[in-house]
Amino acid sequence: MNDDIIKINGLKFFRADKVIFDGVDLNIKRGKITAIMGPSGSGKTTLLKLIGAQLYPEQGGVLFNGINIHKLSRKELYKTRRSMGLMFQSGALFTNLSVFENVAFPLREHTELPEDMIRDLVLMQLEAVGLRGARDLMPSELSGGMARRVALARTLIKDPKLMMYDEPFTGQDPITMGVLMRLIKNANDVLKLTSIIVSHDVAETASIADYIYIIANGKIVGHGEPDAVMQDNSPWVDQFVHGLPDGAMPFHYPAKNYYEDLLNA
Amino acid sequence: MLERIQRLGAFGLSFCERLGVSAVLLARVIVRRPRFVKALPLLVEQLYMVGVLSLVIIVISGLFIGMVLALQGYNILDKFGATVQLGQLVALSVVRELGPVITALLFAGRAGSALTAELGLMQATEQISSMEMMAVDPLWRIVSPRFWAGLISMPLLTVIFMITAVYGGYLVGVGWLGLDPGQFWANMQSSVDLHKDIMNGVIKSGVFGFVVTWISVYQGYYAVPTSAGIARATTKTVVYSSLAILGLDFILTSFMLGGW
Ligand SMILES: Nc1ncnc2c1ncn2[C@@H]1O[C@H](COP(=O)(O)OP(=O)(O)OP(=O)(O)O)[C@@H](O)[C@H]1O
Ligand SMILES: [Mg+2]
Repeated sequence: MNDDIIKINGLKFFRADKVIFDGVDLNIKRGKITAIMGPSGSGKTTLLKLIGAQLYPEQGGVLFNGINIHKLSRKELYKTRRSMGLMFQSGALFTNLSVFENVAFPLREHTELPEDMIRDLVLMQLEAVGLRGARDLMPSELSGGMARRVALARTLIKDPKLMMYDEPFTGQDPITMGVLMRLIKNANDVLKLTSIIVSHDVAETASIADYIYIIANGKIVGHGEPDAVMQDNSPWVDQFVHGLPDGAMPFHYPAKNYYEDLLNA
Repeated sequence: MLERIQRLGAFGLSFCERLGVSAVLLARVIVRRPRFVKALPLLVEQLYMVGVLSLVIIVISGLFIGMVLALQGYNILDKFGATVQLGQLVALSVVRELGPVITALLFAGRAGSALTAELGLMQATEQISSMEMMAVDPLWRIVSPRFWAGLISMPLLTVIFMITAVYGGYLVGVGWLGLDPGQFWANMQSSVDLHKDIMNGVIKSGVFGFVVTWISVYQGYYAVPTSAGIARATTKTVVYSSLAILGLDFILTSFMLGGW
């Protein structure tokens, strides 16, 4: 089989009249960790949702294992999604279920496992993210970082082939972050997954990623292996990985001149 | 002028589109391979949320409406010296009209708005999206049990409303105004027809249950995922449901009186 699990060709996507993607080409290698970086609002979450076929592109397509995911029927799509996992930026836990039940949810829906086995699997996942003791809490009783770790456990438990993490490290302290990085790396290597990580933590992500794409202004502005990207001195990439305020990438959402705006009060 | 016609056209189109979307939603909820073993606990949970929790308001309202009806009816019947007919008056108005209509209106306010708000919030917090990404169809897992629960609860609630309202009428008529209980019940029994009156009332309530839950579920599922959007969707549920109930009541009644 082809060793790209995902191939994206000439992807165009608009929101109202705003261009989010203007011809994006991107390949995700099977078994590797690919990082997607870019400024806030550049469309990283949107890209993951396009891959999961929650959004439909205006042009171009996403091939998942060689199949155009946007052409599938509803039934086939749900079948295909069983081999994908997406950890939402907001966590998106079910607010009427406890932490334990949230993590158990995919197992209860898709398997006929006996209760004690579900219990063991859930506790193992929760242990891995350090929240075994929080199993009886409700999502409203969790902090943002904890909620995201529960979401991580819930997404990993169903053993997807393709794992997509939307900013898993945001809101985590340095210790937890180290644990999560190892967890993601291990899951990828031991379970033979393919992982896509969206993250702003350049150094940390670069340390576990095999390949990095940087998007800005609706295009891929740089890609390569982490070392190459860190050394890349194209203006976009250089500015982003080193966090410089001025450069090719605008920090501001498109707006009219600042002084004019203030004077026109 | 031209602009107005344009706007009317645009409104018509968007109305038809929404109608189509809601019909598709309905079809997807109803037409699917049943999975009873997994669906039953979900349905029971929703029957509790939608039906059992509406019970208190239904019983209390039923009691009061029956009591008021008896009081007002007694005063009028008294003028004609026909107070023995009070049982019949209470029973017929409750069974034919007030039972189905008021239960449905209360249900829309109590359960329908809750359904809309819950689904809207699930949409806003991406719970529905994340369920889709877990390859669990939210229409099956979330919408369908709520829909069926509403459909099943409404006729049952209506019957309960009818019983408590009649009992309320009895309390006032016999207990307070001093009518003869034997006459009260006998007159009621001889005038209320099981098929023509009670069944028709139950049929009405079934139709109302269908329409109200359909509206609530649609408004929630397609709510604009913001606080304001959910607020608006909840309001719309109550307003549209109420209008639909009253309009349909007229249509159904005219059919039923026409000897249908
Ligand atoms: N529902 C929506 N309706 C309209 N525009 C949207 C919607 N969601 C996102 N956008 C726009 O799409 C663009 C990309 O959003 P997206 O959430 O993909 O960004 P992101 O790269 O994930 O940002 P962040 O790093 O802050 O999470 C943003 O400019 C945003 O304004
Ligand atoms: Mg994002």
